[in-house]
Amino acid sequence: MTDSKYFTTTKKGEIFELKAELNSDKKEKKKEAVKKVIASMTVGKDVSALFPDVVNCMQTDNLELKKLVYLYLMNYAKSQPDMAIMAVNTFVKDCEDPNPLIRALAVRTMGCIRVDKITEYLCEPLRKCLKDEDPYVRKTAAVCVAKLHDINAQLVEDQGFLDTLKDLISDSNPMVVANAVAALSEIAESHPNSNLLDLNPQSINKLLTALNECTEWGQIFILDCLANYTPRDDRESQSICERVTPRLSHANSAVVLSAVKVLMKFMEMLPKDLDYYGTLLKKLAPPLVTLLSAEPELQYVALRNINLIVQKRPEILKHEMKVFFVKYNDPIYVKLEKLDIMIRLASQANIAQVLAELKEYATEVDVDFVRKAVRAIGRCAIKVEQSAERCVSTLLDLIQTKVNYVVQEAIVVIKDIFRKYPNKYESVIATLCENLDSLDEPEARAAMIWIVGEYAERIDNADELLESFLEGFHDESTQVQLQLLTAIVKLFLKKPTETQELVQQVLSLATQDSDNPDLRDRGYIYWRLLSTDPVAAKEVVLAEKPLISEETDLIEPTLLEELICHIGTLASVYHKPPSAFVEGSRGVMHKRLPARTGSGEGTECPDVGNAAGGSAPEAAPSIIPSQGDLLGDLLNLDLAPPTTTGPTPSTSGMQMGGMDLLGGGLESLLGGDIGGSPAMGAGFGAAPAVMPASLNAPVGGGLGDLFDLGGGVGMPMGAYIPPKTVWLPAMKAKGLEISGTFARRAGVIQMELVLTNKAMSVMTDFAIQFNRNSFGLAPAGPLQVLTPLGPNQTIEVSLPLSTVGPVMKMDPLNNLQVAVKNNIDVFYFSCQYPISMLFVEDGKMERQVFLATWKDIPNDNESQFQIQDCHLNSEAASNKLQGSNIFTIAKRTVEGQDMLYMSIKLSNGIWVLAELKVQAGNPNYTISLKCRAPEVSQCVFQCYEAVLKN
Amino acid sequence: MIGGLFIYNHKGEVLISRVYRDDIGRNAVDAFRVNVIHARQQVRSPVTNIARTSFFHVKRSNIWLAAVTKQNVNAAMVFEFLYKMCDVMTAYFGKISEENIKNNFVLIYELLDEILDFGYPQNSETGALKTFITQTGIKSQSKEEQSQITSQVTGQIGWRREGIKYRRNELFLDVLESVNLLMSPQGQVLSAHVSGRVVMKSYLSGMPECKFGMNDKIVIDKQGKGGATEEAAGKRSGHQSIAIDDCTFHQCVRLSKFDAERSISFIPPDGECELMRYRTTKDIILPFRVIPLVREVGRTKLEVKVVIKSNFKPSLLAQKIEVRIPTPLNTSGVQVICMKGKAKYKASENAIVWKIKRMAGMKESQISAEIELLPTNDKKKWARPPISMNFEVPFAPSGLKVRYLKVFEPKLNYSDHDVIKWVRYIGRSGIYETRC
Repeated sequence: MTDSKYFTTTKKGEIFELKAELNSDKKEKKKEAVKKVIASMTVGKDVSALFPDVVNCMQTDNLELKKLVYLYLMNYAKSQPDMAIMAVNTFVKDCEDPNPLIRALAVRTMGCIRVDKITEYLCEPLRKCLKDEDPYVRKTAAVCVAKLHDINAQLVEDQGFLDTLKDLISDSNPMVVANAVAALSEIAESHPNSNLLDLNPQSINKLLTALNECTEWGQIFILDCLANYTPRDDRESQSICERVTPRLSHANSAVVLSAVKVLMKFMEMLPKDLDYYGTLLKKLAPPLVTLLSAEPELQYVALRNINLIVQKRPEILKHEMKVFFVKYNDPIYVKLEKLDIMIRLASQANIAQVLAELKEYATEVDVDFVRKAVRAIGRCAIKVEQSAERCVSTLLDLIQTKVNYVVQEAIVVIKDIFRKYPNKYESVIATLCENLDSLDEPEARAAMIWIVGEYAERIDNADELLESFLEGFHDESTQVQLQLLTAIVKLFLKKPTETQELVQQVLSLATQDSDNPDLRDRGYIYWRLLSTDPVAAKEVVLAEKPLISEETDLIEPTLLEELICHIGTLASVYHKPPSAFVEGSRGVMHKRLPARTGSGEGTECPDVGNAAGGSAPEAAPSIIPSQGDLLGDLLNLDLAPPTTTGPTPSTSGMQMGGMDLLGGGLESLLGGDIGGSPAMGAGFGAAPAVMPASLNAPVGGGLGDLFDLGGGVGMPMGAYIPPKTVWLPAMKAKGLEISGTFARRAGVIQMELVLTNKAMSVMTDFAIQFNRNSFGLAPAGPLQVLTPLGPNQTIEVSLPLSTVGPVMKMDPLNNLQVAVKNNIDVFYFSCQYPISMLFVEDGKMERQVFLATWKDIPNDNESQFQIQDCHLNSEAASNKLQGSNIFTIAKRTVEGQDMLYMSIKLSNGIWVLAELKVQAGNPNYTISLKCRAPEVSQCVFQCYEAVLKN
Repeated sequence: MIGGLFIYNHKGEVLISRVYRDDIGRNAVDAFRVNVIHARQQVRSPVTNIARTSFFHVKRSNIWLAAVTKQNVNAAMVFEFLYKMCDVMTAYFGKISEENIKNNFVLIYELLDEILDFGYPQNSETGALKTFITQTGIKSQSKEEQSQITSQVTGQIGWRREGIKYRRNELFLDVLESVNLLMSPQGQVLSAHVSGRVVMKSYLSGMPECKFGMNDKIVIDKQGKGGATEEAAGKRSGHQSIAIDDCTFHQCVRLSKFDAERSISFIPPDGECELMRYRTTKDIILPFRVIPLVREVGRTKLEVKVVIKSNFKPSLLAQKIEVRIPTPLNTSGVQVICMKGKAKYKASENAIVWKIKRMAGMKESQISAEIELLPTNDKKKWARPPISMNFEVPFAPSGLKVRYLKVFEPKLNYSDHDVIKWVRYIGRSGIYETRC
């Protein structure tokens, strides 16, 4: 029996005929009719009018017929919600059927009917099916929860289905586990902040066990889910890697790629000197190469991913160049991707082979491919200096072929080669000039004009050549026009006598006859430069050019990190973050690689961990929304350091007196540090460029070093310095990442910053400013970033701080809002400093004064805290605290309990008194704090905790 | 996840359309037809993004299969699924053609309902599917049968059902290799690799535990070290062992065991399965060497001489040998002389095809041709595609040898010795090219 006949009924009035057949008494006829209906539906005819008649066929024992009716229902229920209700009873009945296949079918289909009224009836059967004795029904029900969530998320939460779903992760059947994981992952994606997929070492262990047992698809769900987890330390990360590596030998490429994703991500956390790290790197290469023997479509996906992997970890595939050689009958999309990877892997060791290959490719048929191959030859020249000569001669050979697009492409890359190796290959210019007439693409024309202008002094007829271009000036594209303008000005500066007319001609063409503002403005600039100061013009126009980078088309490091977390998915195929092509909230969350940590400090980076964990909000570095006054201040930022512009009058008036008092002390303080130079105070505002060097050298260099030394040996005196945290993620600051901490070193408060450039361009002109804050913290000098920060570079800066800035109470008290500016933009972030860095060195109170003060401060101002899990004896604790300027004044022992009395003085003169109870053998301390300004107590307590526990 | 799945014929008419997600509308069907099937240009990528909707497609003969999604799905998984879908359809009704799809559209819908749920691939092993999806409708099953089906579909060994019985326990192992070569005109190997498959056809009763062994260098070296007669034995066997660059296994193989001990153990699916795929690049036996000589005589004539040499034991015979010598597009006439076999100029393929039925090892044969060219004013030079070769040899060019395949079935009363085993080696040419 063939079904194709159902596709052929196109005569008029067939709906009526079908209606009659559907209501026929004969079962066979009914079935035939339903099949016809489905066939019409497939080709796009509207058969919704038959809804009641089809639904009537639902009550049947024939499973095949039932499935067909269900299929019809899924398609049309939405357009006929009232009628769809008619089907509910059958569904509910089927969910009780003794045959598990029918129970599963009913619950599966019900989930696909997106009608609100039906979903209400779905809840009860679904609840039963989630706990069904048959695994087939349970695995179907697990997916059904995701379906229901898509229709009515609130209902799912209210009915408690999420908890049941979580329980299924511990199910005995691996397929149920896999489907539950898939459903939970999908639901979690639309609730980025709910901690739905509560991944912890125990649940991870369950997943890893199920991984060995479930179907290939289940393994993919589980691996993709694992990739969202962030291990606590490198040991856990290693043990997960060990259990995931066997998947690299799976026949299913998607399993392999998902395993690669997990490994690439968790590898970030492993220390590089670990043996296992090297082993893992070696294990990754063969499966990646094997992916290239899969079907072409999968090869394409694999190659797009390998492109990312090679950028992130070039060492993995550096010896595997040959497998990326293009085969004659590869589909074009595979060829182009292979070529991309070949350029990335090219190195001195393999360049000869690569060049030979590229030369072959340049003779192929596909225009895009040939162009790319020619361009690749140029890239090789720039990347591997030793090969430059051979590349240039290869390019010349190709130019000789006179194939138009090959010639044009070659000229474009030769221009880049000239820039990389100036004054080396000018002998080829003559050959290039021969092909001038055949150039019809703007990019090639512009490149050629650039070459003529740049080497005008060596080309005898440069003026004639440029003049020939000038004839059709207005018909050229902007790119060519701009290039022509610059080239002629260059020519004029090199050979002023013969070309005056030409330059005047081009200047008037550019400025008077053009509508393009870019061109006009450039024309005017040249004109004025030339007319006012030809020497200056020469310096500007013929200035030495910055070198061009070796790599091109590199993906921005932050984006690359995110894409590595999406290996195997569409994002990795498009090389775009999911937010660029996914609508709505799904998958818009940015993923990041975990930070490399030692085993001890794994938990110290909550921010990074959470963000990578994929569920928690980015807590710590909240970015300050732009504030009017701050922004205004920033406009002056690079004119003078903020401390000398004079504090803006604080309207609140709070603690104004104290500030004035301290304000005078600044100059003497600075003067002292610098070595008593009296001129310094005056020169402060005028010459910010001079000051930094002298200020920072003694403070940041000398004293810092001294202190580091002490800290390294493990002196008990070392003040507590919190570990560096990321304050400003690169994602929010156009590639600038700032992490840092605060420290007090030899009486000077320092903000220690690590600036990392994760963007592609160089960053310069850094400056920093603080918003008014509780303790008047302000930079004591400008930010010391003297050299431009190149891509992927990191610089550590320590910024000395003073406490004489404008004051405004913040919430929390130790909150500091910071603005950092560079040549790209101004960025805002806020961070919290440990109040302990405000504890001054002369904070030791006389015993008598202590007693009197303790009594004097009202009891309302006393606050008590518990410090838990601290295993120091009172002696050690006291020593440790002293390092952070918390001074023990007296010690008393009562019934085996040590009572320590301590005093602290803050930089603004506030005293804090403390009583610390330490009981031998009890890791919990009790601390009472008394202070006239009780707001600070909480912060002080946090310092105690931090100091004692580190 | 996958939002919908469409199957089109070559004209772009929809044969099957199954939508799993609400975000995929009917217009997606048309978008793919207009932008991909009816596109004027050649398709430049198997993944297409049209109006924020992503389409993955594969083509089988002139049938298009397209999966559609609006989410950031696992792209590798979608393609693997599409291939699997093709396999399942082939297993049910043979060749994927418009006629077959139309004839079986109800079955296809039933399959799509089962193997994709809300866009998530479910069990897609044909062995398991065939137990409960049949073209003849559902058979009345006993309760035991039903629960057996469901536990098999969801269970750990989803690829084999229990209670299989054969009077004769038999298994066939085929080691199928394709040897790939790219050689420079001077005879330098630019790249060479063997990609091999071990295909197993088993007719075994019960749930047999199998263990497969081959001359893998890592295993042999390990054993050599462990044994008492180490030196001599190690050297001897080391000589025969091969270095496998990488291998992948059918999902029945216990991967963690392979990772830990490098032993290959599994319970096979009934019937045919591809047990293993592997790749080697070292010490490959290249069965043929092609020595080309192309001389341009003026602008209108080419002289081509090609020598092929067979490089294996004289007792073995290579079969189905075919050498394909490309000719320029402006060829007007060709004259060929060959010592052995038949050679013909095929204008439609722009090539001289030289066929030899059989050739023993360590032999040599030659062809020479004169190609007349039409004068053209085309500046572009002829690209000179490489000379390619096809052949079949009765050995494994990688040097792989099956050492054993042991079968244990503790519950039934047959032992390893009772199983009749057959092993066959076939080496075929993959992309076997010599540049000229």
